[in-house]
Amino acid sequence: MPRRRLPEWFLLLLPAIIVIAAVVLIPLIFSLYSSFTPYKLTRPSTLWKWIGTYNYEKILTDAKFWAAFGRTVLFLTIALNVEMLLGLGIALLVNKVTWGQRTLRTVLMFPMMFSPILVGFQFKFIFNDNIGLVNNVLQSMGFNVALPWLVDGKLAMFSIAFAEIWMSTSVFAILILAGLFAMPRDPLEAAKVDGCTPWQSFRHISLPFLMPFIYIAMTIRSLDVARAYDIVQIMTGGGPARRTELLWTLMSRTGYVDARMGLANAMGYVSILLSIFFTVYFFRKLSAARAEIGMGG
Amino acid sequence: MTEVTLSNVVKKYGAHQAVHGIDLDIADGEFVVLVGPSGCGKSTTLRMIAGLEDITGGEVSIGGRVVNDLPPRERNISMVFQNYALYPHMTVRENLGFSLHIAKQEPAQIKTAVDQAAGILGLDELMDRKPAELSGGQRQRVAMGRAIVRSPDVFLFDEPLSNLDAKLRTQMRAEIKKLHQKIGNTIIYVTHDQVEAMTLADRIVLMRDGHIVQVGTPLELFNTPVDTFVATFIGSPPMNLVDGTVRGGNIQLTDGQSLPVPVGARGLVREGQDVQFGFRADNLMPLGHAVDEVGEIHQVDLTITLTEPLGTETILFTTFGGIEVQAKMFNPRPVRPGEQMTFRLVLDKCHVFDAASGTAIRS
Repeated sequence: MPRRRLPEWFLLLLPAIIVIAAVVLIPLIFSLYSSFTPYKLTRPSTLWKWIGTYNYEKILTDAKFWAAFGRTVLFLTIALNVEMLLGLGIALLVNKVTWGQRTLRTVLMFPMMFSPILVGFQFKFIFNDNIGLVNNVLQSMGFNVALPWLVDGKLAMFSIAFAEIWMSTSVFAILILAGLFAMPRDPLEAAKVDGCTPWQSFRHISLPFLMPFIYIAMTIRSLDVARAYDIVQIMTGGGPARRTELLWTLMSRTGYVDARMGLANAMGYVSILLSIFFTVYFFRKLSAARAEIGMGG
Repeated sequence: MTEVTLSNVVKKYGAHQAVHGIDLDIADGEFVVLVGPSGCGKSTTLRMIAGLEDITGGEVSIGGRVVNDLPPRERNISMVFQNYALYPHMTVRENLGFSLHIAKQEPAQIKTAVDQAAGILGLDELMDRKPAELSGGQRQRVAMGRAIVRSPDVFLFDEPLSNLDAKLRTQMRAEIKKLHQKIGNTIIYVTHDQVEAMTLADRIVLMRDGHIVQVGTPLELFNTPVDTFVATFIGSPPMNLVDGTVRGGNIQLTDGQSLPVPVGARGLVREGQDVQFGFRADNLMPLGHAVDEVGEIHQVDLTITLTEPLGTETILFTTFGGIEVQAKMFNPRPVRPGEQMTFRLVLDKCHVFDAASGTAIRS
């Protein structure tokens, strides 16, 4: 009796399947499973205790979690919109530059080249209330204040958003600039002849053309910001007293500091919904904007 | 009344001069075509009239008003672009009404104007489509409709037909001409195609290297070209130009044969002057297949090298005066290459150009 052989296609795919299973599938299933257990890193045996949806119920009624959730959404909304407006402005200005534009474009990308950790440290120093640049400048200008940039809840959120915007505005600028380069010139000239002022040309002709590019940038950045962790962790660590706690700082605190990995994993699954929501939302907008300018769905 | 006047208009791009001080008066309601090879400055001139290019020197006035420093929107012009330049995110209706919408007209008024333009151009069926869903000819029509809706003083066309296939081009050409007859506005039209220029224009402005070479009606340019450039640019096939020298009152061609100096140039050529002898294919016809033979005739036997039958006529290629020339056979019969035929050249319709300067020698 001949030995049963595995089909060839399966054999050929096997290495890929093994790798994907090892690095993606098994951790995913494991984390999903552990979110239904009271798994604590310090007591491994808790992994085998099934508690059903207890973790999820706990999260849904947890004010701290919802505060972090809301703060993340707020942070995301503000950061994305400010970055979009600044990026649009920068792109429009750079598009007007005729000399040295290449260099300028490269310079624009510098902030993206830094590790977010370093950006965090840099702004932690800049906003430090004793030795920081900002307070020093304020004082040397005659304001006798030492603003607690990273201590006061609102100011700390502002500082973090500032760092985030400093680092990532260029993503919008570069993508919108690409849109401006791809834009046909003729309709703009037609608009001029048709009686448009520069503002009307921008509002009615350029902007509709740029919207798909803006939504692509929005989609990418919404995923980025929704998992914001590094800058926050460095600058405030989610503190003081959880005033700048975002979803991922809360999760890492729960998982690694408190060692309650089961609960942290449950939080992760809930907050993934947020990312999915934003992705779907912006993709819808993107298709609509593409259809609008006749690029098809 | 909307005349357009250009006086000594100059355009420079840095050190490069694209337009060298041109003067042009365009009457109200006139259809003027700027024509010339690419890079001759015709589009630049049009764009200066439109206000899309700065005017380096000189003056452009529309309806008696100097517009040099006015933005396009204050010149009351419409322009049709080569690539149609429709607004891709707007429907045909929105494209047509956009300029009126910008001008803050009443919606009812906009609708009337848009419907009227759509009616003129037969766009009624397409009103809710977007440009991407239209064919080239339809887009061109929308672009024209957009120009009409504003009821401007002057229409500017920048090579509007060059992206269309040959058949559609002929059709749209007729439509543009009908449109002009219907609305009667001043039109300035740029093209590199001499057929378009001939068929459309009240007056043709032929340009080369940023200069105007000749201005006149299509027939003036065809019948009395000022130089060899005009002679070869206007008319299809282009005018045959044969080198020769004036000897004893005749023109001696390089192959030794001698022709009488055509009537128009008689007494104006010097003995020993190097000239170019020009004639159109229509004026060199095989015996028995000729039309319009009036005046002095020069008869010559030539060998056919190539034929291009076109139906009502056949273009014959032959060697005359040492170079390949084209002749025309009316009421054609089949002709084989290598066949020898007797040709009759209508001397009264021939041209003489000075060989050195290329200018026509004509009283």
